[in-house]
Amino acid sequence: MSWHNTPISLMAQALAAKEVSSTELTQYFLNRIEAGKQWNAYLDVNAHLSLEQSSKADQLISSGKSGKLTGIPVAHKDVFVTRGWKSTAASKILAGYQSPFDATVVSNLGIPDESNPNGAGMVCLGKTNMDEFAMGSSNENSAYGPVLNPWNAAYVAGGSSGGSAAAVAAGLAPIATGTDTGGSIRQPAAFCGLTGIKPSYGRVSRYGMIAYASSLDQAGPMGKSAEDCALLLSAMSSHDPRDSTSLADSGEDYARYLNQSWQAGNTNPAKPLEGLRIGLPKEFFAEGLAVEVAKSVNEAAKTLESLGAKLIEVSLPKTKLSIPVYYVLAPAEASSNLSRFDGVRYGLRANEYKDLGDMYQKSRTEGFGAEVKRRIMIGTYVLCHGYYDAYYLQAQKIRRIIAADFQAAFKACDVILGPVAPDVAWRLGEKSKDPVQMYLEDIYTLSTNLAGLPAMSTPCGFNANNLPIGMQLIGNYFSEARLLQVAHQYQQATDWHLRQASGVA
Amino acid sequence: MNLDDVQRIAHLSRLELSQAEAEAVLPQLQAIFSLVEEMQAVDTTGLEPLAHPILFLRDLAQPLRADQVTESNHRAENMKSAPAEHEGYFLVPRVIE
Repeated sequence: MSWHNTPISLMAQALAAKEVSSTELTQYFLNRIEAGKQWNAYLDVNAHLSLEQSSKADQLISSGKSGKLTGIPVAHKDVFVTRGWKSTAASKILAGYQSPFDATVVSNLGIPDESNPNGAGMVCLGKTNMDEFAMGSSNENSAYGPVLNPWNAAYVAGGSSGGSAAAVAAGLAPIATGTDTGGSIRQPAAFCGLTGIKPSYGRVSRYGMIAYASSLDQAGPMGKSAEDCALLLSAMSSHDPRDSTSLADSGEDYARYLNQSWQAGNTNPAKPLEGLRIGLPKEFFAEGLAVEVAKSVNEAAKTLESLGAKLIEVSLPKTKLSIPVYYVLAPAEASSNLSRFDGVRYGLRANEYKDLGDMYQKSRTEGFGAEVKRRIMIGTYVLCHGYYDAYYLQAQKIRRIIAADFQAAFKACDVILGPVAPDVAWRLGEKSKDPVQMYLEDIYTLSTNLAGLPAMSTPCGFNANNLPIGMQLIGNYFSEARLLQVAHQYQQATDWHLRQASGVA
Repeated sequence: MNLDDVQRIAHLSRLELSQAEAEAVLPQLQAIFSLVEEMQAVDTTGLEPLAHPILFLRDLAQPLRADQVTESNHRAENMKSAPAEHEGYFLVPRVIE
């Protein structure tokens, strides 16, 4: 049985029918991880810990105490702290760090215990590679080496959740968690031919998620279909009193609309999306978009139209400005969040120093990578007395305009469709020398983080070099279940999401 | 922005840059800030800054909880990743003579 091609909904049925045990599934994926080391998708794997969890999951199943996802393996991005597995955020400054607690996402999905009796019973396969502290768009900023794209090992997997994307695309995990501060779930999902969703800000707890930019960070699932993502998101999302921005109305069944038509009462099976208005922002199809990406996304729009949806042109006039706004706000928040790394309580401490101040400075200098240092310095600068109003406050004011522009667009449409990124995955090393060139690649994903809106990525084609192309669906606040419904209906009519990378056995 | 600015920001960030590193990072920061300058053309008169997205939708009350002890003693686990430790205390270089 090739379990790495099996959707988690079917895996759950096989577990419930006792056709396979959680331990067999876990061992299957551990073997694949061992054989698939060339992608550099994982930073820490511990077979003993995983099998300990799978045996507990098997006990839950045999005693009739299992839930929908009990016994299914999952990989966690290394930005989530975990007991047992090392938690490093792919930084040298946290090399070997052992967290005394689990992130809420990890305990929500994990084996139920005294700290979370409602855990979903999933088995952790290990921690996936990422850009250091989630700062990057190609996974080349990891202190532990880049992740390679399973579709072509000469290309990047995308970032910052590149390890999670490569793990699922290479069949080293059935599904994985990711985080998205400026596109870090959607872009690697697009580059690796996967489905991924960044929910509305506040839907998933940030407790135990190593912070990058707290007003933008949001976690979500990365998997092989909209249905798999809906199942995982339902278990990830919850109200968490330990996160002050966690919403009281979080936690719902995100799969509830998947097989329904858009409008209640529509019984025409050929037109399930009748009544759905899809907005195409003209700024998302302007100069800078690769021809092949534009073609695939336009074809996807036509497919959605054939399913009954109506296409409408909309405008998001400040799209280009989302880049400078993001690259002021995110570094500002990062410079503050990363001040905690000082070599005192945890993490790397330099070997030689003169005094306490020198110890802070040398530990940080040795522990942080080049991109992290750049962003800390940008953030420090824009928060300086004399620059604060011109940079930080101005960015926050434009952020309000960007959020308002989306509301204007949503008066005319229900869902927004566009590309995830201007192009497919690029070659390793191609953009790493010029930070600005890399930042420009984030143009279509940043604005939804600034506005806090849910947005997702789903495969919609390939370019001439057989690299995956993703399309992006953006919804209004708290419309995740509807976004997943549209993506699921699209996936019923197409097979892009079922394609496998040829280098993956 | 010049090399002195770079060294000043690095110091405020508690980072050390060699002369060569500062020279390498200067044009990168200059390029980033010329991108950032595009924001200055936007008229934001009368707009309130948006600090986090939920504030766009609704006012959030500061969530409060009862002032009760909810955690047990985790000192041993918390000290596990300390770079230098003595009997449950974090060790740092002497700061008071």
